[in-house]
Amino acid sequence: MKYVNAIIDDIPVSVVEGTTIMEAADKINAHIPRLCYHPFLSTEGACRICVVEVEGARNYLPSCATVIQEGMVIRTNSPQIRQTRRDLVELLLDNHPRACLTCVRDGNCELQNLAYKLGVRDRLFAGERKRHPIENSSVSVIRDAEKCILCRRCVRVCSEIQGVHNLSQMHRGFRTVVTPAFEAPMDDSVCIKCGQCINVCPTAAFIEQDATEIVWKALENPDLHVVVQTAPAIRAAIGEGWNLPAGTYVTGKMVTALRRLGFDAVFDTDFAADLTIMEESHELIERIKKGENLPLITSCSPGWIKFLEHFYPELIPNASSCKSPMQMESTLLKTYYAEKMGIDPEKIFVVAIMPCVAKKYEARRPEHYMKENVPYTDAVLTTRELIWMIKAYGIDFVNLPDSDFDAPLGYSTGAGDIFGSTGGVMEAALRTAYEKITGEKIQELEFTNVRAIEGLREATIQIGDLSLNVAVSNGLNNAKKILEKIKSGEKQYHLVEIMACPGGCVAGGGQPLVNAGDYVYPLDSETVRKRQMALYRIDESKELRKSHENPFIIKLYEEFLGEPGSEKAHHLLHTTYEPKLPRGIK
Amino acid sequence: MEQPIYTLDQDIQDFIANCLNLEHPESYLIAALHKVQERYGYLSEKHMDEVAHLLQVPTSTVYGVATFYHFFKLKPAGKYKISICLGTACFVKGADLVLDAFKTELGCGVGETTADGMFSIEGTRCLGVCALAPVVTINEQVFGNVKPTQVTEILHKMKEAKPTGAKTY
Repeated sequence: MKYVNAIIDDIPVSVVEGTTIMEAADKINAHIPRLCYHPFLSTEGACRICVVEVEGARNYLPSCATVIQEGMVIRTNSPQIRQTRRDLVELLLDNHPRACLTCVRDGNCELQNLAYKLGVRDRLFAGERKRHPIENSSVSVIRDAEKCILCRRCVRVCSEIQGVHNLSQMHRGFRTVVTPAFEAPMDDSVCIKCGQCINVCPTAAFIEQDATEIVWKALENPDLHVVVQTAPAIRAAIGEGWNLPAGTYVTGKMVTALRRLGFDAVFDTDFAADLTIMEESHELIERIKKGENLPLITSCSPGWIKFLEHFYPELIPNASSCKSPMQMESTLLKTYYAEKMGIDPEKIFVVAIMPCVAKKYEARRPEHYMKENVPYTDAVLTTRELIWMIKAYGIDFVNLPDSDFDAPLGYSTGAGDIFGSTGGVMEAALRTAYEKITGEKIQELEFTNVRAIEGLREATIQIGDLSLNVAVSNGLNNAKKILEKIKSGEKQYHLVEIMACPGGCVAGGGQPLVNAGDYVYPLDSETVRKRQMALYRIDESKELRKSHENPFIIKLYEEFLGEPGSEKAHHLLHTTYEPKLPRGIK
Repeated sequence: MEQPIYTLDQDIQDFIANCLNLEHPESYLIAALHKVQERYGYLSEKHMDEVAHLLQVPTSTVYGVATFYHFFKLKPAGKYKISICLGTACFVKGADLVLDAFKTELGCGVGETTADGMFSIEGTRCLGVCALAPVVTINEQVFGNVKPTQVTEILHKMKEAKPTGAKTY
């Protein structure tokens, strides 16, 4: 490896060739202010906030995009540089709505933080400001171009991590705006609704469609029986809303808080996760027996499903026909539970707390309606929206006592809990498939080799005399690599798990935003890892860790569904997909 | 999954297919768009989508490039193409005011076409008839010494009469 020497702020540094000024400065704890930079995304150099002075250079240079050359003398700080950075932020603010007080990102906005940090105390420039209408066609993601500062993080995450390429910068100069192709509304685009644009946006140019209002209304309506279900990933992240460290699991407090908000019953999506495993492992075994439509690809992630329909419609037969856990739970609430309780399903209002904005879209897909105007899932709230509701209601969340979910749709095994992490569905499925195929008790319960923290992992699992080729991926650009191998026949897989969001549901588009600081960025991998670990710890702490051992699942099949894959199970728990018109490329 | 049906002329499809064999095929996007605009006069959404598919470049990128460069037209030109000379002489003699008058009268901007598809406006470089500044051409017809106040009348005449040969107004 070749090293180059340079001097940063009078401190000599020796760095590997190809290191940028910003990276080198980070190493000597000289934190250069930055805005468009993101370590997981390509270098953009759009905001120019990170400019530094390089001896001999005509202009200030962007440190994120300038590679250190031998003998460079660099100053990261001087009154002039600080003034330049301040001017740049002032110019951004001048072209930005003065709506901080009422903005959803108030207090957690990278632009606001930067303006404070750089000492912008007044607005000196008063010129024309760009005007764009709020684009809220999508049930998931709202685009507010007036708040956009053109850092292009959303464009980069959409293409480089998700491989969707839905967003791009249109027009030029003052008119520049980030939109889907043809400036189409988000709803009429290839947007897969994953919400990663929301996660990386430094301001509030992308936010989720708000569902809190209809939930408040339902809670106040005496005619409705309002029930709620919470996804696995919520319990590992919701505490962050009260500054609890990432990975603090607060299942009991969350359940108590939901009861206090007025929900008539609090259920757990994890129960339906166990159910998903029952149906999906049955599907897997059937397909292996028949040798058709392999690999089986998981279908829990609605962002992934939309991606499949747009870009890989030829692989639709491979996707599991299982509804997602959320939809299974909601369906059971309006059938099994309604029957058991003697409540008219139309009087049951189902709210789902999800780490995901694509779930808002999934709930509105026509195939997930019981009948016209009666969706199985009435409203989907993100983790962020629930945090806000709890705060708005005045609940002292941190000091709440614990309580348990309601029976029967509130009990889950450890297998259901790990659904929220990448590799979790795979691991849960393997635990059950192993015992179903071999008829023996599984010895090693933890399939740590499918926990795909790095985004893509392949493994071969020995089940009896069957060698099962499996693959796990998160972030759809990683999924593409596997999908291409499936298409070309390069590798024969049996089971593939795909999650749209990098890290799985714990890093979904509806999760608490990382409080970005000096060296902490949105999508922070440490935060994601801690949330994942929380779910694995919950799994470890449970006595029952295999879906098919869940007593309430066993009872559900006895009382209601018959057996996995039965006609009734098929009717209620399975769904279909259809090709959607692609725009652009795979 | 049915194959997309391409409406681009075969030679343009072939050109793009050939680009795929070259290094950095995506760098031929602008060349491909030039060919499409040359043939059809503008870039339709359908054609941009087809270029995207054929060249394997995201449609959002194609549209981004098409809107970045002023040369690319996203709407077909009107039946009457109004070109206002913005060369130095015409400009000094008030071509900008004439342009404004056309814009106000027609309710559309430079590079745009009226909703009824009748008129489109564009600015041109010096036409070489500075003696007649400010000069406006509508299709083949030349109008000299145009005053903003005459714009309404010119448009009115155009609507009534069929396009004829060159004539000084």
